Amino acid sequence: MLEKLNELERKALQQIKEINEIGQLNDLRVKLLGRKGELTQLLRGLKDLSADQRAEVGRVANELKERVENMLQQRNEELQKQVLNERLEAETIDVTLPGIPLLRGGKHPLTQIREEIQDIFISMGFSVAEGPEVELDYYNFEALNIPKDHPARDMQDSFYIDEDVLLRTHTSPVQVRTMEAMAPQLPVKIIVPGKVYRKDDDATHSPMFHQVEGLLVDTNITFAHLKAVLMTFARKIFGEQVKVRYRPSFFPFTEPSAEMDISCVHCNGEGCRVCSHTGWLEILGAGMVHPRVLEYGGYDPEKVSGFAFGMGIERIAMLKYGVNDLRLFFDNDLRFLKQF
Amino acid sequence: MGVPTSWLKKYIDFSWSAEELADALTMAGIAVEGIEEVEGDKVLELDLTPNRGDCLGIINLAREVAALTGNPVHLPEIRIQENSEDISSYIKVEIEDPDLCRRYAARVIKNVKIGPSPEWMQKALLHSGIRPINNVVDVTNYIMLEANQPLHAFDYDLLSQNKRIVVRRAYNGEKFTTLDDVERVLEDPMLLITDGEKPVALAGVMGGQNTEINDNTTTVLLESAYFDPINTRRTSQKLALRTDASMRFEKGIDINGVIFAINRAAQLIQELAGGEVVAGICDAYPRPQAPVTIQLRPQRVNQLLGTQLSVEEITGYLKRLSFEVETNPDEDVLSVTVPTYRPDLQIEVDLIEEIARLHGYNAIPTELPAGASVGGLTPYQQFQACIRNIMGAHLREVITYSFINRDLFDRIMLPPNDWHRNAVVIANPLSEEQGVMRTLLMPGLLMTVSRNLARRNQNPAIFEMGAVFIPGEGKLPREVLKLGAAVAGRSDMSWRVPSSELDFYYLKGMVEDLFRQIRVKDVRFEAAVVPGFHPGRTAVIKCGEEEVGIIGEVHPQVLDNFEIKDRVVLTELEVEKLYRHAVPKAMTESIGRFPAVERDLAVLLPVDAAAAEAINAIREAGAPLLRDVQIFDLFTGGQLPKEVKSLAFRMTFRSDEGTLTDSQVKDIMDNIVKALEQKLGAKLR
Repeated sequence: MLEKLNELERKALQQIKEINEIGQLNDLRVKLLGRKGELTQLLRGLKDLSADQRAEVGRVANELKERVENMLQQRNEELQKQVLNERLEAETIDVTLPGIPLLRGGKHPLTQIREEIQDIFISMGFSVAEGPEVELDYYNFEALNIPKDHPARDMQDSFYIDEDVLLRTHTSPVQVRTMEAMAPQLPVKIIVPGKVYRKDDDATHSPMFHQVEGLLVDTNITFAHLKAVLMTFARKIFGEQVKVRYRPSFFPFTEPSAEMDISCVHCNGEGCRVCSHTGWLEILGAGMVHPRVLEYGGYDPEKVSGFAFGMGIERIAMLKYGVNDLRLFFDNDLRFLKQF
Repeated sequence: MGVPTSWLKKYIDFSWSAEELADALTMAGIAVEGIEEVEGDKVLELDLTPNRGDCLGIINLAREVAALTGNPVHLPEIRIQENSEDISSYIKVEIEDPDLCRRYAARVIKNVKIGPSPEWMQKALLHSGIRPINNVVDVTNYIMLEANQPLHAFDYDLLSQNKRIVVRRAYNGEKFTTLDDVERVLEDPMLLITDGEKPVALAGVMGGQNTEINDNTTTVLLESAYFDPINTRRTSQKLALRTDASMRFEKGIDINGVIFAINRAAQLIQELAGGEVVAGICDAYPRPQAPVTIQLRPQRVNQLLGTQLSVEEITGYLKRLSFEVETNPDEDVLSVTVPTYRPDLQIEVDLIEEIARLHGYNAIPTELPAGASVGGLTPYQQFQACIRNIMGAHLREVITYSFINRDLFDRIMLPPNDWHRNAVVIANPLSEEQGVMRTLLMPGLLMTVSRNLARRNQNPAIFEMGAVFIPGEGKLPREVLKLGAAVAGRSDMSWRVPSSELDFYYLKGMVEDLFRQIRVKDVRFEAAVVPGFHPGRTAVIKCGEEEVGIIGEVHPQVLDNFEIKDRVVLTELEVEKLYRHAVPKAMTESIGRFPAVERDLAVLLPVDAAAAEAINAIREAGAPLLRDVQIFDLFTGGQLPKEVKSLAFRMTFRSDEGTLTDSQVKDIMDNIVKALEQKLGAKLR
């Protein structure tokens, strides 16, 4: 009897190994262990044995059954895994094929830089102010301490509509407009992004371009504050490694006036073609608001002080994105725009 | 202007190399653009700001170097041997307009011999960018460069017999031939130097041909004067005649340096051209000008700069600039007297800048302002940013010029009386291409599409957000912020999804997506005829009763005018109007506990029936349980008669009270079908 059981187990294990489909494995289970299966058939002979032998054979048979069950289970798992693996293999796709394009747009590089500049100043507590692009001579020049026939008007050749109206040559008129609207509230803390216009057209000048103006008026605003705010800006937009320096300059609406240079972003200040081998790049003009401008804005220069600054967005974009011709920004060639 | 360092060294000692000098000057606000080497001489190229016209004179530049180094300036020593005659017997000066000519000094030198100037002077002039002419003229130019005082030399014998100088305004239409052989037509109040009979010089700008120094000149009348900056500037602008002299006068020269310059010139003429200097100067100076004294509060200096400079430091910087400083121990105020060669310094802050630049901007502390403040965008600015983000997801943003060619109004086929033709006109445009301010975005968008297609940049899909300018009652036009978009060609090619035409419905879908995202509700698209657009493929877009924009296929004739072969669909929307119609974000509908039921319905409609009307009829008849209706199929042709089209709708019903039964839904569907039959003549398919 025990021999027969051994023989049955040996055969069963052999058969299990040979099976390659899950369905067949189920059939085999029935054939071996089912109610009419081989084991059941074999155990019918138990009744002919002694009680001791029966107990012994019964124990062996149970162990055998358990082993065969385990084998079946194990084989079943193997086969399932195999099926899954086959499916996965069959389903392999070419992951290098391109995806389905959904968003084909993008903001203009100047918009992207403008928003970046805006975000930096907003993080320092500035609000965004706006003003008209077709502007009164009064706000564009007079109220900024640039009377008629001032030589400083040569710095900005203007497009005129009539004697009193022109296309604004800078975003600075919004300084006085905002002060007028806010006086005597403090602080006045604004940046002014926008289009400006000058009569120039070549590789480095466009008759229309963009500026961001800044103005902070409060009690006890100092040149030291100006330096800190603008240095923070420079580092945020060009990276922490950037060095800054300030040079005296001249703007009729600020006194003292300054020009801020940053260490060349192209050569890290070593000197290269981009920075004309000086290691420095001029990026913005600034200064303490001229007392007369504060007065035009409705503030008492003995009680408040302020700083103002202005920069060209194109200039920043050209440096940051490595664009070498200003006119590309307004040419709107899709091959250019798609790169940003 | 070019400054040879060898020349500068005549007045100031410094141990710096030219490069170090350039750097020091630049950091003090006298920008040196470059250094050029001319015959072994390093020449500084200055890029002066308009307030520092004084540095157009090398002595004044030497004063700057003196302030930076602390070394003294050596002014040239003047030695003139005057003869025993009296200038008053040679010349009299009358100034008729002392407001335009505040000082006029004259000297006479006899028996000069005109010839070339010596090599050292020719070189000095050449290195500075001025062409040598003859010894007398070269001296006047040399002194102009040295002392920033333009001089003029007349041939004394060519003056009329009266031997007097009359400074007066020109008459309107008065003609005068300047040294450059050009006859100029003058007008009041351009200022003339006359000899009592005829004009001999255009004051501060250029001398006259009639009294020019020539090879036969023996007696020279030297002029050293102060002409009004503004009048000089206007004159040279009107005549488009900018000279080394006018450039200096218009920035303001040293009115008290007039005599130094004329004496120095007389001395050099005597040395280089021989001759005798007639004793005395005829100096008409009706109202002598004293140097300005400015009150300076040291405490104010520190308050504005954020520094902690002592009174001694402040005084030290001012003295290095050769300003006189008077300290008053009782009051915390310094009285600072500024030499007249620095006319740019008028008020306290001007002096504060002088102190700051000598102290060095980079030595001033760097400190963020204290105190919290809240910044950020206004809701309207956020709205604009949101639009840019949404449009930017699908379209490429462009920025076109705000000025356009007026002929573009013709090219977009605006009728002659269309209000968009009333544009702000630029009086002095660079060209007609940029002659007027845009009143719509369409021309710029079409130009951009056209240019890209011409360069084989296929399938342009672009948008722009910017102001248009509408003339109105006031001095300034109304600036209206617009959003425009234009698409042409087909969507991106893909191996998976077939590309589709970027047609009316493509752009309309984008506009509808935008409205959904910026929460503009209650929008209608109504078929309309708009100039420049395809009459059968254009709609005005309305929010409630207000027209907020248009969308349509561009008229084929317009496309032709822009040399565009593809169809172009274009929209223009007014951003501010959209903003007014946007509703706040809010949850307006429960998501419902009970399941929704979907039903499809296909009907035949007259071919010209508007889909929007069908949708409205369905919505009305299906209320309140109809939650959504979508069109999922449109079919024409095939076996259908020409006069009908088939539209298929998918409707979603849901109740908040309970699960809808088939019979409930059937009742509503019957209502809907009935409504479609009655209102649109629909038939079930």
